[in-house]
Amino acid sequence: MFKNLAPPEYLATIDQVKCIRCKRCIQNCGWGVYSWGGDKVLINTSKCVKCLRCYHYCPEEAIQIVDNPTRFKQNAYWGYNNIRNIKRQAETGGIPLTGMGSDLPYTILFDNLLIDACQVTNPSIDPLREPMELRTYLGKKPSSVDVEKGKDGKLKLKTKMPPQIKIDLPVIFSPMSYGSISLNAQKVLAMAAKECGILMNTGEGGLHEDLLPYKDNIIVQVASGRFGVNPDYLNAGVAVEIKIGQGAKPGIGGHLPGEKIPLEVARARMIPVGTDALSPAPQHDIYSIEDLRQLIYAIKEATNYKPVSVKIAAVHNVAAIASGIVRAGADIVYLDGFRGGTGAAPSIIRDHLGIPIEYAIAAVDDRLRQEGIRNEASIVAAGGIRSSADAAKAIALGADSVAIATAALITMGCTTCGKCYTGNCSWGITTQRPELTARLDPEVYAERLINLIHAWEHELKEILGALGINAIESLRGNRERLRGVGLDAQTLDILGVKPAGR
Amino acid sequence: MDHNYQKDISGCGLTGLISKKKRRLSGAEIVKSLCLMNDRGNGLGAGYAAYGIYPDFKDFYAFHIMFDEPSVRWTVEEYLKANYHIEKIEEIPTFPVKAISISPLLVRYFVKPLKERLVGEVQEADFVVNSVMKVNSEIEGAYIFSSGKNMGAFKGVGNPCDIAEFFRIEDYEGYIWTAHTRFPTNTPGWWGGAHPFTLLDWSIVHNGEISSYGINKRYLEMYGYKLTLLTDTEVAAYMLDLLIRRHGLSIPTACLALAAPFWKKIDDRDKDEREALTALRQTYGSALLNGPFSILFGHSKGLVGINDRIKLRPLVAAIKDDITYMASEESAIRAICPNPDTVWAPRAGEPVIVDLD
Ligand code: SF4
Ligand code: SF4
Repeated sequence: MFKNLAPPEYLATIDQVKCIRCKRCIQNCGWGVYSWGGDKVLINTSKCVKCLRCYHYCPEEAIQIVDNPTRFKQNAYWGYNNIRNIKRQAETGGIPLTGMGSDLPYTILFDNLLIDACQVTNPSIDPLREPMELRTYLGKKPSSVDVEKGKDGKLKLKTKMPPQIKIDLPVIFSPMSYGSISLNAQKVLAMAAKECGILMNTGEGGLHEDLLPYKDNIIVQVASGRFGVNPDYLNAGVAVEIKIGQGAKPGIGGHLPGEKIPLEVARARMIPVGTDALSPAPQHDIYSIEDLRQLIYAIKEATNYKPVSVKIAAVHNVAAIASGIVRAGADIVYLDGFRGGTGAAPSIIRDHLGIPIEYAIAAVDDRLRQEGIRNEASIVAAGGIRSSADAAKAIALGADSVAIATAALITMGCTTCGKCYTGNCSWGITTQRPELTARLDPEVYAERLINLIHAWEHELKEILGALGINAIESLRGNRERLRGVGLDAQTLDILGVKPAGR
Repeated sequence: MDHNYQKDISGCGLTGLISKKKRRLSGAEIVKSLCLMNDRGNGLGAGYAAYGIYPDFKDFYAFHIMFDEPSVRWTVEEYLKANYHIEKIEEIPTFPVKAISISPLLVRYFVKPLKERLVGEVQEADFVVNSVMKVNSEIEGAYIFSSGKNMGAFKGVGNPCDIAEFFRIEDYEGYIWTAHTRFPTNTPGWWGGAHPFTLLDWSIVHNGEISSYGINKRYLEMYGYKLTLLTDTEVAAYMLDLLIRRHGLSIPTACLALAAPFWKKIDDRDKDEREALTALRQTYGSALLNGPFSILFGHSKGLVGINDRIKLRPLVAAIKDDITYMASEESAIRAICPNPDTVWAPRAGEPVIVDLD
């Protein structure tokens, strides 16, 4: 047998002088890089993924993880990944997997868009002194309402409003299932969602009973595997989401291997312990838009008409598909861009299928307006939202809210190492190994996630203030307040944005 | 896509008055009031709107049309003849003013849609709106700047006194008047860009910059409005048309959508009001006019003044006998009404609504 013909990506090194042999690195590493050699720590660097858990827990700063200087010969065309994947495939005949969102250097439109600010002709507003409103309602809106003044002089609503989900700011958490992430990680999301007045999403793995106290801040998901779906589950949260696709792996199903299905996960998913949890690529009762409509209404019937969200990956024809979804009765269209994260996806799929979320938002928002149905559904945009600035830009392009996952995981320690699919996450996030998940204390990490959301909340208010507006609805779809830098005319046209200087 | 337009940015002064008893007042008053605020404009646009000025033609839509080129006139008239009964055509009387060296051709038409053109469910008002949109967006060089009944707008590039003299505003008599002087910072120097902006019976004068313009515009486009002008005022006018005429909201309710109360205030109301106000904001979020503004809008039955939600532009109101005055500055009111019965500064977002008796 050859040894792996690709040189390791990283070199884990220990300064033997500084090292006090406390063995914390051995304990902390989920990938088994370190072992005890009797008098010193031994290193198997080929297992290192640079998640930096050991580095953070080494009391002596004895550890260094460096990019391996021994690489394949530099080649502008044949990149490291190309060569490594071929070598791996030559060994296994398999499909190389990966985790997190694509890290390839495609153009990042967010980084080519700049936000406006007020000078002289309209005053900016100081968010510390003036009210600044981020509250958002997700759900179908009527095109008009009927309001009457009663005999007592008070207003009274005559129109029956479709159900709305109130969020305190337009940033929610993307679906991540129990199984793909740990229960503790889900608890962090749930606690933070509740505290911040936003939403978390169960993903397709069913609902663990520990999350029930947070049900007013939970969207439950129904995906192709239908794990854990029953009437109680459908009614447990504030809305139900039908997952058609995911930005990181459009058109691809999911496969959670049996080793990752211990008792608790099995119970939540309602499948036997240790069986593979297979999510087929399509939902086998949805082969067309009419089928989707039937499922949407079946769920509405089963839940006494809770809002239904439909999640799709941003693909080339996303505008027409989204329009169909809205016409099929969805209250929310959840668009997941190709940069969106994943627990596990074939890297060939993750890196080469779909389109960036910025285009998708613009195309869908335009299409729904052209068809006069923009009010019929809210747009949630996800897939690579890295900061409140990305969020503001996504909203200005036309989204009602953004959803974040990777950013939330980063608050739990994640360094986007991309090895989630191994189930060995040293931070206790994308793993079910009890010794690893135990280290993710939900209370402690919820605090950090809450801090992040509050920080973004403040930043969004600063952005609105600089724009001279005091309600988020005045930013939503307000592309006039964006300018493109270094974008070609056609891209600007698709985004509906003027170039800087105009 | 037409997102590459250049948005017009301007500061302004505005004034308006209404006689609840429908006493027809000479335009001289409003001219005096506006001219006092000369320094709020920079001579690049001024205008007047008046209601009750065409009593002899009160059942006809009075189209005031400007033609950049006299030749376009025939294209427009052909279109009008095919769709309207035309009661009368005349050039709008104008008088030479030194400061105004060039002006477009200005003609008014008193018209009524031909019965046979109103097929099916089409309402007369919708038909007229569509005609205005069509002419303004499709016929290059022609612009309908007034289209209501028994009312009219008179506006152009110039300072308030010159424009008043040019149109002899003092010769008109109306029971509602609004007027406006502009301080555009990047004006295209186009007569149509001046205020008041009108559609059907709505007339709007506006001071400020609507920072939510981008979404307001896209929202209106979803309902078929074509925004051909480069001003915020157009947005305000169409928004009123949509909310009041097409969606049937009352004027006070429409004001609650345009300058919505803050959530905190809404949450404090009792259940019914909270529900109603919440639904209004949820539904009309894209109609919220955000940014500094004060607006006066006239219509066939009254006059309304409204400020943005945190009052970033001035608005003062006063009452004397049957007349209510509203203006950017108190001095503009006192110039024509030295001893009002009451004077007050309307609070942020709270409209002043005056209906004719
Ligand atoms: S954690 Fe640091 S000090 Fe402790 S054994 Fe590992 S390298 Fe040595
Ligand atoms: S969740 Fe864990 S395994 Fe996945 S990228 Fe983050 S640190 Fe790496």
